[in-house]
Amino acid sequence: MPILQVENLQKSFGTTTVLEDISFTMEKGEVLSMIGSSGSGKTTLLRCLNFLEKPNGGRILMGDEVLFDAADARTLREKEIRKKRLHFGLVFQNFNLFPQYTALQNVMLAKDLLAKEQADYKANKKFIRAQIEEQSRALLTQMGLQDKMSNYPHQLSGGQCQRVAIARALNLQPDILCFDEPTSALDPELTGEVLKVIRELADKNTTMIIVTHEMSFARDVASKVIFMDSGRICETGTPQEVFETPRQERTRQFLASYNK
Amino acid sequence: MPLFNQIVEQMPIVFRSLNEGFGQTLRLFFVTLAGALPLGLVISFGSMSRFKPLKWLTRMFVGIIRGTPLMIQLLIFFYFPGLVLKNNIWGSGESGRFLAASIAFIINYACYFSEIYRGGIQGIPVGQEEAGLVLGMTPGQIFFRVKLMQMIKRIVPPISNEIITLVKDTSLARIISLQEIIWAGQAFMKGSQGISGAIWPLFFTGVYYLVWNGVLSWLLGKLEKKLDYFR
Repeated sequence: MPILQVENLQKSFGTTTVLEDISFTMEKGEVLSMIGSSGSGKTTLLRCLNFLEKPNGGRILMGDEVLFDAADARTLREKEIRKKRLHFGLVFQNFNLFPQYTALQNVMLAKDLLAKEQADYKANKKFIRAQIEEQSRALLTQMGLQDKMSNYPHQLSGGQCQRVAIARALNLQPDILCFDEPTSALDPELTGEVLKVIRELADKNTTMIIVTHEMSFARDVASKVIFMDSGRICETGTPQEVFETPRQERTRQFLASYNK
Repeated sequence: MPLFNQIVEQMPIVFRSLNEGFGQTLRLFFVTLAGALPLGLVISFGSMSRFKPLKWLTRMFVGIIRGTPLMIQLLIFFYFPGLVLKNNIWGSGESGRFLAASIAFIINYACYFSEIYRGGIQGIPVGQEEAGLVLGMTPGQIFFRVKLMQMIKRIVPPISNEIITLVKDTSLARIISLQEIIWAGQAFMKGSQGISGAIWPLFFTGVYYLVWNGVLSWLLGKLEKKLDYFR
């Protein structure tokens, strides 16, 4: 059974249709690369999955749980949306780290706040917090940031910031981790260190959706590629299929522009 | 030097009076801050409300308060109940004047603060809120744990300006005869406690303001520095 099913998702801002009839599925452990020119709707799609935008039509299913159904108002309640969001993690293009917190605090904050909602939090406060801190430190170490735990975001490079952001998202153990052009704000050198971390996650079978303009990376890391054009899924398939034997003229055009 | 000797002789009387007046000045200053800093936040939420009538009503109110002199507001606040409603809710005496002045000052300064808060909140990149949402935080958590500190950092310099202005604005309460330091200094010009025609006490009132503003500037500067740990 697929972990994620997106069915006929539709989104428009006013009279502009941004997403039309988007349907795809994902299996656990799969890495999905989403490519396409700017304005093709990739980012909006990620934002819909994370409930930062409300689609106008369609359904989103996680396993057999209906997360979103445009035709069912019960799935749109604010309180439940908060919980549903936690199925997904999102790493932003410009990191959006909290500037007043250290790297470690950035990673711990949300986890800590969620733990406070547990019934046994008060009784086991010390233990739970120690556990969260240990886990957060382990994640930052995994990101190669063991020396930067108590640095504030402005003291970190863009690549380091993005790795903190990845650790922050991972700490909530989302079912699917989404990346919205994670390296677009970085120079080539910093891009490399972030891509390396994402690649390591892929090797550990982390389920991920990656919106990116790094074509060779999209191709290497993905098990499935979606090419979007004007709010629609234009072509989908394995990296070989989409990059080597694209069926659509539009896909060929788009890829050709990268090979110049 | 008879004049000098006279001044030295008058000093104990004058400074006792000025100290008392300055006490009232400080009380008005602190009460205004204690009331206006939180009330300003409430007003700023009103002016950012998604409920349009509330938003426009709040902004109109802020516009009127900011667009008219505090002195008029003080006069109207103090005299309107007694003269028009025939019911002087403030009562007579210094405590009534202080209450009326406090409320007028709190409302006036809350309106100025609300605009500063609004700028501070709206200047925070939308990505901060989105990052919080995606991490499963509630709107309350996002405000208190993510935005508030960033807002405070942004508003400290403009709020500091207002605080310095407030120190000097407290003297406007003189218009409803609140016995603050200018009132106390002026009394020796007209004649009080056997001293009359003396203008030198008024110069010293200026020194009180200067010293107090110096202390505040130093403290606020320290606060600003303290918030320099993040950007």
